[in-house]
Amino acid sequence: MKKRSALAHKMAVSPYMLWSALFIVAPMFFVVYYSFTSADGGFTLGNMTQLGKYTDTFLRSIWFGFLATFLCLLIAYPLAYAIAKSSANVQRTMVALVMLPMWMNFLIRTYSWMTILQNTGVINNILDALGFGRVKMLNTPGAVILGMVYNFLPFMILPLYSVLAKLDPSVVEAAQDLGGNSLTVLSKVILPLSMPGIASGLTMVFVPSVSTFYISQKLGGGSFDLIGDVIERQFQQSYNYNLGAAISLVLMVLILLCMAFLNRFTSGEEEMVV
Amino acid sequence: MKRAAAVVVLLACLSAFVFQVPAFGALNAESLRGTELFVYNWGEYISDGSEGSLDVNKAFEEKYGIKVVYDTFDNNEVMYTKLKGGGVSYDVVIPSDYMIERMVSENMLQTIDFANVPNYKYIDAKYKNLPFDPNNEYSVPYNVGTIGLIYNTKKVAVAPDSWDALWNPDYAGQILMINNPRDAFAIAHAILGIDCNTTDKADWEAGAQKLKEQKALVQSYVNDEVYNKMESGEAALAPYYVGDFLTMRANNPDLAFVFPKEGVNFFVDSMCIPQGAKNKAAAELYINFLLEPDIALANAEYICYASPNTAVTSNPDYSLAGNEYIYPPDSAGIKTSIYRNLPQDTLNLMSSLWDDVKNYSGEADGESKGGLGSGAQTAIALSAVAAAAAAYLVFRAVRKKKREV
Repeated sequence: MKKRSALAHKMAVSPYMLWSALFIVAPMFFVVYYSFTSADGGFTLGNMTQLGKYTDTFLRSIWFGFLATFLCLLIAYPLAYAIAKSSANVQRTMVALVMLPMWMNFLIRTYSWMTILQNTGVINNILDALGFGRVKMLNTPGAVILGMVYNFLPFMILPLYSVLAKLDPSVVEAAQDLGGNSLTVLSKVILPLSMPGIASGLTMVFVPSVSTFYISQKLGGGSFDLIGDVIERQFQQSYNYNLGAAISLVLMVLILLCMAFLNRFTSGEEEMVV
Repeated sequence: MKRAAAVVVLLACLSAFVFQVPAFGALNAESLRGTELFVYNWGEYISDGSEGSLDVNKAFEEKYGIKVVYDTFDNNEVMYTKLKGGGVSYDVVIPSDYMIERMVSENMLQTIDFANVPNYKYIDAKYKNLPFDPNNEYSVPYNVGTIGLIYNTKKVAVAPDSWDALWNPDYAGQILMINNPRDAFAIAHAILGIDCNTTDKADWEAGAQKLKEQKALVQSYVNDEVYNKMESGEAALAPYYVGDFLTMRANNPDLAFVFPKEGVNFFVDSMCIPQGAKNKAAAELYINFLLEPDIALANAEYICYASPNTAVTSNPDYSLAGNEYIYPPDSAGIKTSIYRNLPQDTLNLMSSLWDDVKNYSGEADGESKGGLGSGAQTAIALSAVAAAAAAYLVFRAVRKKKREV
């Protein structure tokens, strides 16, 4: 019996294992291979030594990623909590509304922001009509971060919502009965219990934010590169797979470090509850 | 007997009329029925049936029964990397001059059998034997054109005559710059009086320096966003292709166009057949089809670029014939230069310098980038976040220990 279930388990897992070996693990090896070879295929560290000049770009990307992730968390947490606490019907509607923008293509949504934010755009026309004058919004770092928050917010809301919806209300009641004020209940009970949701939300927003290129090109006006822009250019424009792969590899390592760091954060909280 | 013969003749005439089978290669074309043809062209670069125009690909499919699978690209480099990367197979591609030269030198194109492209006779002699294909073996011109300076007459009072206008501080924040290194460097080089095909490192560095000087004035670096930004009046000046200017002006009559006196790039986008094409016969049929007078006319009207096809330019129905922008008279004295393929070293240098330009923030000028961009500020902020996080972790660990005790 046990043997059979082990076999079933293997069979259930194998399609995905094969998939990830072919399309995730193998490409990773390609990235590593290209990073340490030159255009003619010989081993070189030249790609890595060229990376120095992209330090600013790396830092800017990570910083923008942090900001966008933090803002998403700030916006999403109260919203997810409110949704989780409302009636079943309202929950369904709200979740559908959160998902609604994702029915439209990401590129089109970002392009629309360009026309909304520009100096002759909707917001500025209203501001101007009200006598506030026009404010430069497009082609600023703020516009890029807005684009990230807007596009990746659902990836923060949904995991938070699914964790908070499962939160047992009796735990909260118990905490209240034991004399905890609402701040204590939030910080000692609700927040720690929702850590798994926070952790996955952080990952799902931070990773695409750091590596994005379309948002910075359209909303940042191409005037300040993010690292995704540089990588895209190496592959699309310059046909320099080696440098592109080297930058990608370093970016992956940096993202892994950031994630490990975030995980320490969140797992620390969990232990406390247990 | 006579009647039967008449019927046969009539039928033959009818069938020729209905199927419009050209006398030449009829059998050949018939045998291709049911096959597929993979075409890779620039975006918005074929009459596609919108706004009452002719759907060229559909017309080809109906005439020959060959299914056209049509993909588009944004620029030559994207097309090149996709073909070079392998894993795709196209039968017809439409790159520009310098890219054709590069692809020929890397053996990525096949020679075209011109016996199957009789309509090549319509191509104007001045677009034959060009430097990228001196013996007319690999390419058939599709469209020709130049780049130039588009400006909004409501925002730019005095008509500019020089690329210098893109460096004019009066228009700070109103200037769009083209977001591809080859064209951007060519403009900088034109101002500096340097040949756009230079291979001298110092020339490219000078060009990069020039582009860095411009950066603080640039509203944004654009490709196809230029339509939106120029038509809405968001920006005052932009370098772009003359054919696209006509499209923009149709939506905003305040726009005007000038050929800067330093000279402009002249380009020839040509139809080619890549190595590895699976349906070469159909590719030649398609190339020939695009040269048909009525098809070429529909394309020329739709795309608004200059046509190299004499059957179009001499057609009395052609609305753009003699247009001062796309067919400027020789008397206008416009200086043009054609891009040549650059050696790999120079290409690497160009892309590296372009990265520098895109990454340039000006001397201690955080303001122009909204105050968040400069590396130092970012580094400080990042380390502050890291320090706060580390402090928190330490605090956590200490508290945990205390509790255990």
